[in-house]
Parts: sequence; structure tokens; C-alpha cells
Amino acid sequence: MPKHETPLLDQLESGPWPSFVSDLKRQAESRTQKQSEIQYQIPVDVVDDLLGLLELSYVEKEVHWKHGGIVGVFGYGGGVIGRYCDQPEKFPGVAHFHTMRINQPAGKYYNTDFLRQIADLWDFRGSGVTNMHGSTGDIILLGTTTPQLEEIFFELTHNMNQDLGGSGSNLRTPEACLGESRCEWACFDTQELCYQLTMEYQDELHRPAFPYKFKFKFDGCPNGCVASIARSDLSFIGTWRDDIRIDQEAVAAYVGGELKPNGGAHAGKDWGPFDIQKEVIDLCPTKCMWMEGGKLKINDRECTRCMHCLNVMPRALRIGNDRGLSILAGAKAPILDGAQMSSLLVPFMKVEDPYDNIKEVIENIWDWWMEEGKNRERLGETMKRQGFQKLLEVTGIPADPRHVEHPRFTPYIFWKEEEVPGGFERDIADYRSRHPK
Amino acid sequence: MDKEAAKQEIINFLESKSGSKTKFYFNDFTKLFPDMKARDVKKALSELVQEEKMMYWSSGSTTLYGLKGSGKKEE
Repeated sequence: MPKHETPLLDQLESGPWPSFVSDLKRQAESRTQKQSEIQYQIPVDVVDDLLGLLELSYVEKEVHWKHGGIVGVFGYGGGVIGRYCDQPEKFPGVAHFHTMRINQPAGKYYNTDFLRQIADLWDFRGSGVTNMHGSTGDIILLGTTTPQLEEIFFELTHNMNQDLGGSGSNLRTPEACLGESRCEWACFDTQELCYQLTMEYQDELHRPAFPYKFKFKFDGCPNGCVASIARSDLSFIGTWRDDIRIDQEAVAAYVGGELKPNGGAHAGKDWGPFDIQKEVIDLCPTKCMWMEGGKLKINDRECTRCMHCLNVMPRALRIGNDRGLSILAGAKAPILDGAQMSSLLVPFMKVEDPYDNIKEVIENIWDWWMEEGKNRERLGETMKRQGFQKLLEVTGIPADPRHVEHPRFTPYIFWKEEEVPGGFERDIADYRSRHPK
Repeated sequence: MDKEAAKQEIINFLESKSGSKTKFYFNDFTKLFPDMKARDVKKALSELVQEEKMMYWSSGSTTLYGLKGSGKKEE
């Protein structure tokens, strides 16, 4: 028997999709049933009260949560997001309902034993409600009380070899795609780089010193499975600088129909025979492919790594051998006022232990942004405010045609007098006398 | 400036402001020390937190610093 009547929430269950309301109800029931077995450290009816509070918000069309406060674990400025309910008398179970962010393993590889430990810990000391995973990739544990935070932190760090993730004005938990562990397109070891930079920048991850949040994401190839180009202040995207490797026999096999395009992914419907001209060559955004005497040719200089041809014919086309990554800067995906994609900063860089070349770029950017960034301003906004040229200056990266997004449209590179042999002098008043505004 | 002197200056700054404001962004502290590297300012602040003279305070999206025990209390 549920503690609160929830007619509005019940209606959400009637749709065709799995409903979080059903999940929460099941969890509420399970907590009530198991209360003789498990010594719950926070109220048994936390999930009941969560449903009740949500129903109240739906009725009143007003939120009853209060955000933030002095919650956290000792010595860390992030990882815990405080949440309180402004109706604690009515819903005592959710008077405190703090969120904990746990740093997910790189590539999100778990074993079931670890997942069981996390689930048991969270049932015991929290609400049992989780979010696998948050947008940044962390394991999100939803709903516990202040006294439990240090206990959970101790258990995670001492017995589970696990750390909290980032929140607040920190480096957020870095995230990587599966990379070389599963994927033939990976141009560098994403999990290794993610791990190394996580360890290197522990202080930035746990102790806030930035104007605002800062995210790293590592995509092994331009397919971008963790969407670094759209969601991270610094995107690391694998690429290669030699030629796409072509197996002409396999190309012929695709054309002849012996090999299924896209690894057979479109087998659910009859799309007719594979047409390499229509489905690959004509779709190349830079028109750098053509057939010549039954052989596929690519002008690799023009390739922009859209990955379409490699995705369609994985047996015939493979990434080059001279691999590394590109670094792009300034993406953000805020809920309010619009998303921004990151801009290319480093066209190509090798990825080799100890990664000093990569760390140098990161630290130059941080030094600039920490100095010049306004409070609650993302890197992308600082770049817009001070200009891309300024970013090139602070990172010491020479301007490159590949930095230009639209020729003759965004001329952000301006010559300075000292950069031009002989310099130039001009009197703006004299110029204006002949060219009025 | 050595770290101890910087830590004292941070405390003095916070005490002088305690009547009007109790939570500060990290950048408010770097402005106190224009000649110091931001990374060193952070180390001084982290030590003050370790010594329990200061504490972190979260707005939910941004973490700020304040003197321990000042301002809004935990509910």
C-alpha cells in the first residue's frame, strides 16, 4: 500500500515506454519488504516520500527542492551535490536528499561483483535510487542524508578502490569511449589517456579552483561515441595523418554484394543492392573519392574524417597508421541559452607516454582561463569574448588554415605590427579623414 | 609571498568581509595575490580547508569558499 496517493504520476506509467515511476514504486515496495533484513541507515520510506513530493510538485507546478549548501566530504570540494526538501514535515524521508557522483571506470567496464557492492552499499546507506550514468558519465547515487556521506566515502575509497567524481567548479570526471579495447577505429588508447589525466589532475578534480566547470572527453575516432566535440570544454578526438588504408579486393566484395555494408546493420529491410556511387562516393562531404578502373581512389588531402566511408565499408577501408589526436576547445551544452560545438585548436598531436605535449596544452589553457575567465564562465565563452587568436597566443600554437571555420566569414587572425616585416604605421585620424565611418 | 603569509592574508580578507559577504569564488582570492600563480593560491586554500579554518560551500553548480562556521548553516 503506497504511502501517498499519486494519480498524476500513475498516469505517466500508461505510456508505451518503461517508466521511472514504476521503477520508483518497485523500489519503495522492496524497501518496505526488506526492512527486517537490512538495517537501513536512512528512512525506509525515502522513496515513498520522493514519489509523494514529486506528485505535490505536479499538482502545484512548483519545485520543492532546495539546491546546494555545506555538504561534502572532508577535503573535497566536489562530488556531493546537496539537496533538501522545503516540506520536511510532510515528507521527512526526503528532508535531505543529497546526490553523490562516483567516478565511473574508464569505458564503463564493470564486473557484476562491483555493481553488487555499489548497489548493496547504496541500499544500506542511501535510497537505492541510482542513475547509470549521468551526462558526464559518472555513476550517480541519488538521495542520502548528511551523516551518511563520510561513511559512504570511506567505504568507496577504502574497500572498493573507487573515488568520487567532479562537481562544482572543478575538472569534471573525464570520460572516454571504449577505444582500443573493442574498436578497430580507435586512433589512440582513450582509456589510458583518460586514466593518466585523471590521476595527473586529481587536485583539479576534487578541489575547486576554476571559474566554472571544465570537462575533458576522449573519443578514439571522429565517430565521437562520447560526443566530446559537443559536450566537453576540451575534446580529444582520435585521427590519423597518413592515408586511409584501402583493401581493393574488399571494395570489390562490397560492390559485388558478398560483404554487407555497415556490417549488416541495415538488414531489417530490403534496400536493394549496394550502390557504392550513391551510398558512399556521392555522400563524401569533400567529394574526394571516385572509382577508376574498378578501383576506389581517395584524395586523402581533402578528407575531413567524416568517417562515413569507413563506417559503411569497414572491411575495405581502415584508419591510417600514423595515428594521434586532434584537440578541440570550447564546447558546452547548457540547458539554457544554447549549445556550442568546440573549435579545432591542435590539428594533430601524437599520443605517447608521458603525454607531456598534451598536458602542456591543457595547462596553458587553464592558466589563461583561470586568470581571465569570469565567474561561471565556460572556456567557450572566454574564447568568444577574447577571441580565438588570444587562445592561440596563450597556447603558443601557430595559426593554421584548419582553424578557419568559414573562409572570408570569420577573419579572426589579425596581423600585429611586430609580425609584419618592416612593420606598419598608420594614423587613424588621417585614415578617417579620407574614409569617414 | 610565502604560503603562511598568504594564508594569513586570506583569513584577514575573509574576516574583513564577514559583515557583508561570507562566500567567495576562487577568483576573488587570486585577485588578492596578483603576483602569485593561481595554482599556489589554490594550494593555500586547500590547506586552510584541511586545517578546518575554511570550508567549501556548494551552490549546487559552483563551489565557493568561506570561513568555517560563517554565513548560512547546514539545515
